[in-house]
Amino acid sequence: MKEPIWIFRDFLKCSGCRRCELACSLNHEGWFWPEASRVRVFMPFPGLEVPHLCAQCDDYPCVKSCPVEALRVDETTAVLVDRDKCIGCGRCIEACPGKVPFLYPKDGKATICDLCGGDPQCVKVCNEAGYLALQLVREGQNVNRKLFSREPIEVAKEIALNLFGEKGTEVI
Amino acid sequence: MPRGYAGKLLEVDLSREKIWETTLEERILEAFFGGRGLAAKILWDRLGDIWPQVDPLGPENIFLALTGPLTGLYPGTRICCSGKSPLSNGVIGATASSEFASELKTAGYDGVIVSGRASSPIYLLVTEDGGEIRGADHLWGKTGEETIRILNREISEELERRRSNVGLYKEPGIIYIGPAGENRIRTAAVMTKICHAAGYGGYGAVMGSKNLKAIAVKGRGPLPEVEAPETVRILWREIHSNLISRERFRRWGTGYGGYSVGAETSSEPVLNWQSEWHDERGLGGPRFEVPYWAKRYWSDFNCTLNCMKLSCIKAGRWKGDITDAPDYEMQAYLGPNLGIFNAEDATHLSAVFDNLGLSGINSGNTMAFAAELYQRGILTKEDLGFELRWGDAEAFTKLALMISKREGIGDILAEGTYRAALKISELKGIDVTPYAVHVKGVEVGAHGTRSGRDMNPIGYAASVQGGDHTSSTRDGYDDMRWSVFNDSAVVCGFCSYDRLIWDFARAVTGWNITRHRWCTEHGPRIVTLQQVLLLLGGPDIYWNPEKDFDNPPRFYEPLPEGPYKGKSTDRAAVEMMKRNYYKVLGWDDRGIPKREMLERLGLEYLETTVSKLRKT
Repeated sequence: MKEPIWIFRDFLKCSGCRRCELACSLNHEGWFWPEASRVRVFMPFPGLEVPHLCAQCDDYPCVKSCPVEALRVDETTAVLVDRDKCIGCGRCIEACPGKVPFLYPKDGKATICDLCGGDPQCVKVCNEAGYLALQLVREGQNVNRKLFSREPIEVAKEIALNLFGEKGTEVI
Repeated sequence: MPRGYAGKLLEVDLSREKIWETTLEERILEAFFGGRGLAAKILWDRLGDIWPQVDPLGPENIFLALTGPLTGLYPGTRICCSGKSPLSNGVIGATASSEFASELKTAGYDGVIVSGRASSPIYLLVTEDGGEIRGADHLWGKTGEETIRILNREISEELERRRSNVGLYKEPGIIYIGPAGENRIRTAAVMTKICHAAGYGGYGAVMGSKNLKAIAVKGRGPLPEVEAPETVRILWREIHSNLISRERFRRWGTGYGGYSVGAETSSEPVLNWQSEWHDERGLGGPRFEVPYWAKRYWSDFNCTLNCMKLSCIKAGRWKGDITDAPDYEMQAYLGPNLGIFNAEDATHLSAVFDNLGLSGINSGNTMAFAAELYQRGILTKEDLGFELRWGDAEAFTKLALMISKREGIGDILAEGTYRAALKISELKGIDVTPYAVHVKGVEVGAHGTRSGRDMNPIGYAASVQGGDHTSSTRDGYDDMRWSVFNDSAVVCGFCSYDRLIWDFARAVTGWNITRHRWCTEHGPRIVTLQQVLLLLGGPDIYWNPEKDFDNPPRFYEPLPEGPYKGKSTDRAAVEMMKRNYYKVLGWDDRGIPKREMLERLGLEYLETTVSKLRKT
């Protein structure tokens, strides 16, 4: 029986090793494919690494925006894409407050983190390396999640303040 | 298509504004792999006949940024920069860790080859749709930080505009030069990610001579297919487990060495190598870590070793400086070797060098050389415009700026330590070359040979890359499996594990790569080709193997203090080891490759050229 989970993210702890991207693409694509990974580490400025992945907003604007009902929510709270139904219109990207979904590089279908069916591979490799930038929490849907659905550049601006102090206002 | 390779190289002729793609035959790739090895082969094929006439800073030189078959796949992703070196006049493979390399492969290219010279500043944008030349007037003169900031925004917006509605693109991978490269400073580095540098060789100056400010690349494809994916997956996990278990190195990187090398092995440069020992205990890793490190665990693509640390000075006179740890080399060259013994000043100078795009080891060495001449009264306040006392971080900051802009004395020092020594000797009528700590034009790394506890006696003297400490030589066999392999497979040496890496190389390529084959065939083939190009040299400097393939004079002076006081490099050991190294490689006593060896290595096409070298 699957239960609701969430991937907690601590941006200040991300090393930028991008092994989450490699583990994710190994799991979903069978091979190393950074831009097909459902978690992608953005870097608007070196040192400001932002793991960018679906935050499972409690109101799921992406699901609501889909004109062909290709998106649905599973028991883990993940958004699943029905690739047969998806027409690659990009509405889900526009609806997402963090512009998290992207169109798959090969066939242009919407691509979103599926929480690996309850066993996220990105979390495993991040924890294995001791970074704990991504951590698995077993908690139900709540309003806080949406706070994490933000564009990488906005997150990076805040990381910059933490890491660089006043200088942080100049780098992005 | 050979496994592990994207399958094509992007070629750019900046003079004719032409861009095309090249495919290399599998037998060439199997023989030279990628990176450093392939660079030497490409340079020989295209410039070999006219090598001595090729000005490294002229449009006839070629700039190469190459990956290898293991790049991106094997943990520790690097890019190898090469061309005819404006320092050694031979070929050096200079590598730096960067997402540039993995982006390049996912864009479908194994490397970029740039020839000619643009009529005005440009940068290259590479995507899966090919390469394009874009104006860089707005980037010229900009520091590293500014260049990254502008390019990240500009390119992200441009790609978004071209293919809107597919979602966000991650930022491009970028290699670039600072003002030092633009002004053709021979010790300018190819920079990436603010503080990562392909430093040895002076390829920042080569990019600058082509008016090439940067190359940015964004790929969206998978990494290349391999021969045995399941084996690669298993080894990939095993290598990462090994990396993750190295807790001390992960925590402090090479920065711990600033303390332990200076304190234990007595091989750290102090005051332009006048000493290699100091009692100051304030330069250890923790002294940098607590006040300045903004990120203790900072990595590059597919690396869990995170030896680089992100640093930022948040208060005081150097407020706002961003750099890395600094690592051991920078700690030494921008610390004790300049008489600087505090973490704040060393971190500041590291940030200055990063932003200007100066190679810390090489230009740091030149600055110390100048300071010693000042100490000896050979260079005066009138020559410099200010006083250059050991330990004065402000004066060295000023000097770094002057070098990067070729202002005043900076114009001479911009030529690198050896060429500057020749010029100053001429100007002053005093031979100052004994104070120039270089080997074959390349300023040496921060590892001395005198105490006998660090670099071996021929580490630099026999190396085709001269003072490059990452490419040191020893016995002509075992040293082949280290940098010659890593820089040709293009992976990071710190992540390279004997056994695992050979299994990995076979699983990726499907070729029968073994350590023994590499040490007796591939390695010697690459190094022999590099040696021939180094011996050809020119046009401004030609090396005399009997005189020049040796340690700097300073390394034969006795250490003046410390636990190894009185020790110097054993000249007899150097001669014996050098002859042995040459013998193992099938070179004669002067280091000129013999005919039989050329034939055995499949380099018979070098014979005509080499036969002339034997007669000189």
